[in-house]
Amino acid sequence: MTAAIAAVGLGKQYGRNWALKDCTVEIPSGRICGLVGPNGAGKTTLLNLAVGLLAPTEGRIRVAGGAPAAGPEQLGKVGFVAQDTPTYEGLSVADHLRLGEAMNPTWDRDLASERVATLATDLKKKAGNLSGGQRAQLALTLAVAKRPELLILDEPVASLDPLARRDFLRSLTAYVAEVGVSVVLSSHLVADLERVCDYVVVLVQSRVQLAGDVDEMLATHRRIVGPRRDPASLPSEQTVIEASHTDRQSTMLVRTSAPIHDPAWQVEEVSLEDVVLAYMGGTAEASTTGRPTLEVAQ
Amino acid sequence: MIEFHLDSRSGVSPYLQIVQQVRHGLRLGMLESGEQLPTVKDVVARLAINPNTVLKAYRELEHAGLVTARQGVGTFVTGSLGPTPIGGHGPLRRDLEKWLAKARRAGLDDESIEALFRDTFRFESAQDIA
Repeated sequence: MTAAIAAVGLGKQYGRNWALKDCTVEIPSGRICGLVGPNGAGKTTLLNLAVGLLAPTEGRIRVAGGAPAAGPEQLGKVGFVAQDTPTYEGLSVADHLRLGEAMNPTWDRDLASERVATLATDLKKKAGNLSGGQRAQLALTLAVAKRPELLILDEPVASLDPLARRDFLRSLTAYVAEVGVSVVLSSHLVADLERVCDYVVVLVQSRVQLAGDVDEMLATHRRIVGPRRDPASLPSEQTVIEASHTDRQSTMLVRTSAPIHDPAWQVEEVSLEDVVLAYMGGTAEASTTGRPTLEVAQ
Repeated sequence: MIEFHLDSRSGVSPYLQIVQQVRHGLRLGMLESGEQLPTVKDVVARLAINPNTVLKAYRELEHAGLVTARQGVGTFVTGSLGPTPIGGHGPLRRDLEKWLAKARRAGLDDESIEALFRDTFRFESAQDIA
């Protein structure tokens, strides 16, 4: 299957600074993929390059099988909701729908009106007067009503309150369940992604630290706690991602291909957040320890 | 109809939580043969989770012979777990109650009892695998 997003050696330079440098990543299609990383990791730059709002300084990127924004067909394939779900403040909800319909040959009017009806707002209301949650839903409606193959969302829920956040994600996942579209969404909060995504890419300083299937990640990572021990003495199938020690106790997050039977360890399951934070946190020492950076199988 | 919930702090992946809730429902007699499970879209719209998560859980349940998917209709419970639901295990429950009373007399508090049970259970399961 064609990758949703495939980038090789991608870079974007502003003046002397690189917002993204030497980024190589492949995001499979047919998934809801979370792009996670600290602020400044290059997530927004990568997504803006993917939709063609930015042109790369170096490297290549293919999106849903084509070059970003290469022509009307490519533009129709990709739906985009930019950071903070922008809308036109001075335009009404109805204006937004008219605009969407005029500009998109594949516009699905029924879908658009159906979705907007759930907002429970006056269609004549200006977008600037909508609540944050309603505005986000309107932006999502504009992106999905063109019936894209791939939906790209940049931090869609970051500015929403918890209830609006949940509503937005429900509406997004229900849409995906209905039409089976590929989704890439970025966030710096793993908790937002944990339920929604089945694939996660962790980006730190333009580099992919971890990429893979979420269930696979949860199944292969464990936290082990026991008497102090040198991480190097663990069996070869266990890779230490993160370790901390007191004078008596060792706590390690390990990736393992086999069950851990050593009775000295108390073995605990970990959350996606634990795994992602361990990979994000370890980057400073990654180069010195030679720890593999891209390992969880797809 | 069963309604799923997710505990995001449990560390158990969401699809396994759904599988476990169905198994649990069967074991406790809350789910019976012939009953329909919620549709994928309903579960997704309620819990804001990935549709593949629900599909994967239902596939696993189908594989275990507990449910059957009927194209275009939905997923239905067709199997059961064990001969009787857990409410029917009176003698076992009484044994356990006796054991619990014994443990309390030995001075164990709730936490120690739980830890002892879990530890023994895990050890037993590991022996079975080995």
